[in-house]
Amino acid sequence: MNKAHLELTGVSIEFPTPKGSFKALDDVNLKIKKGEFISLIGHSGCGKSTVLNIVAGLHRATTGGVVLDGKEVNEPGPERAVVFQNHSLLPWLTAYENVELAVKQVFKGKKSKAEMREWIEHNLNLVHMTHAMNKRPDEISGGMKQRVGIARALAMEPSVLLMDEPFGALDALTRAHLQDSLMEIQKDLNNTVIMITHDVDEAVLLSDRIVMMTNGPAATVGEILQVELERPRNRIQLADDPQYNHYRHEVLSFLYEKQRKVEDIKEHQTAKKSQTEATAKSA
Amino acid sequence: MSSGKLVQMLPAGIAQVDGFAGVISFVAKTLGLPILGLALFLMFWQAGASKIETSLGTFPGPVEVWEQTQALVAEHVEEQQRAEEFYQRQEERNAKRLEKDPSAQIKVREYIGKPTFFDQIGTSLVTVLAGFIIASLIAIPLGICIGLSSSLNAALNPVIQIFKPVSPLAWLPLVTMVVSAVYVSDDPMFAKSFITSLFTVALCCLWPTLLNTSVGVSTISPDLQNVSKVLRLSWMTHVVKIVLPSSVPMIFTGLRLSLGIAWMVLIAAEMLAQNPGLGKFVWDEFQNGSSNSLGRIMVAVLVIGLIGFALDRIMLMVQRFVSWDKTAVIR
Repeated sequence: MNKAHLELTGVSIEFPTPKGSFKALDDVNLKIKKGEFISLIGHSGCGKSTVLNIVAGLHRATTGGVVLDGKEVNEPGPERAVVFQNHSLLPWLTAYENVELAVKQVFKGKKSKAEMREWIEHNLNLVHMTHAMNKRPDEISGGMKQRVGIARALAMEPSVLLMDEPFGALDALTRAHLQDSLMEIQKDLNNTVIMITHDVDEAVLLSDRIVMMTNGPAATVGEILQVELERPRNRIQLADDPQYNHYRHEVLSFLYEKQRKVEDIKEHQTAKKSQTEATAKSA
Repeated sequence: MSSGKLVQMLPAGIAQVDGFAGVISFVAKTLGLPILGLALFLMFWQAGASKIETSLGTFPGPVEVWEQTQALVAEHVEEQQRAEEFYQRQEERNAKRLEKDPSAQIKVREYIGKPTFFDQIGTSLVTVLAGFIIASLIAIPLGICIGLSSSLNAALNPVIQIFKPVSPLAWLPLVTMVVSAVYVSDDPMFAKSFITSLFTVALCCLWPTLLNTSVGVSTISPDLQNVSKVLRLSWMTHVVKIVLPSSVPMIFTGLRLSLGIAWMVLIAAEMLAQNPGLGKFVWDEFQNGSSNSLGRIMVAVLVIGLIGFALDRIMLMVQRFVSWDKTAVIR
């Protein structure tokens, strides 16, 4: 059986703008196996988030489509849980209640109250957040919020975990810490993960494959890099590993030589503005 | 007492004041300035009032207003005493009758006296709260629906914008006629004047809550909306768990504006509808035209102002209680 778990076929998307339609993605093709960890990397504005939103079902592809386990994706759903860039916890609920909202929604009628409670605590424990589960988001640090966001996503038992720059807003130390936690969890649960990142080290450290995207408009998959480093991976040992540094070099050369941003800053800003406007309209 | 102890006694949040000089300047600012402002106001009032001659005598100054306040309190006490005596007499009479003939039919009558100033305040408060609650029960759910649906917003916005600026005085004749036509009963539970004032108040104070709720609901963070979509929350869960908590501040801004408008509208409505509240008191005193009338109206003006202020403070307390974000600065 060689059927892909998650498959993107000829995905293109156009956003209507006052100056005509804007083609953000053009013919994106990707096949992902179960349990695979995929990173999407590329310059800002290249449509990485758009790819993720299409898989999540928050955007609909203009042409082409996404198939997950033989079913077409056309609306959002908890089997494709999203970890949002800025945690997106409900500020009026505690960490526990935030996870509970997701668990109640997914396991209504399938788990008893006690089972739900146990499952919520289990997931908070996975991200080492049981000590602060009765605190509200404004009472915990940015890294802790993101942990709760990950716990909420994991608690939905998703077949695909979608992460939109999950550690982008965190400081380097907290980020490294969470990357290690994520690798541990991934080892235990063997989730399929698609993660967007800007960080080359993060991509090489975590991924099985790195999908490098060309610059927009009409962005598409440029190159795909298979990362064959043994797991568990240790960031300190890897720092001197020639293989690791080779992968790093590959990604860097793609980003800064092959896909160098040549447009001047002003032009870049107007392009980005029209894209965000388009995204806002379509949402 | 040392300045250090004084600093400790002050409420938290202002403890950063620096030493004795800091305490002095703090007290001067929080207590001194308002007192100074009030004193200046009373001075100008007294000086100005004595120069205005009307057909009912000079315009009442603070002293006369204070006298009239005492007179109104005395009237109220006297009226209460009369009511008490009435009930006592009635009871004695009935007891005597029962003594003579245990099977006698006894009558219990209610005391019907002139409503005093304080009874009228009570009537006004009941009317304004009833009107405000009816308006809120319509405005909040409708505002949520409008905020969630841009089509509903487009459809209803023109209607809202047209009715929003209409004065209560324009509504009142229509409401009066409709109430007389529709509210027909031999033994009415509420007086017609009460119903008329109530609906006029509701019609006028609906709009701020409606608009603020719909704006609050339509500006929920797109991130939270995405969370709701990914979780496939039902419409009801979405409203209860995400929409309501995030629009609480805007809903309360609307409610406070609405309550302020309701109180203003009520006085006008009561004057014309003859609902026995503060508005009727002012109107009756104006018609009465005794030498005390202006002073008594001035008492009513101040009481109306104080109650309006108190109502806003109460709403603020309710907002603090309901709001999830206890650290937010609510003004």
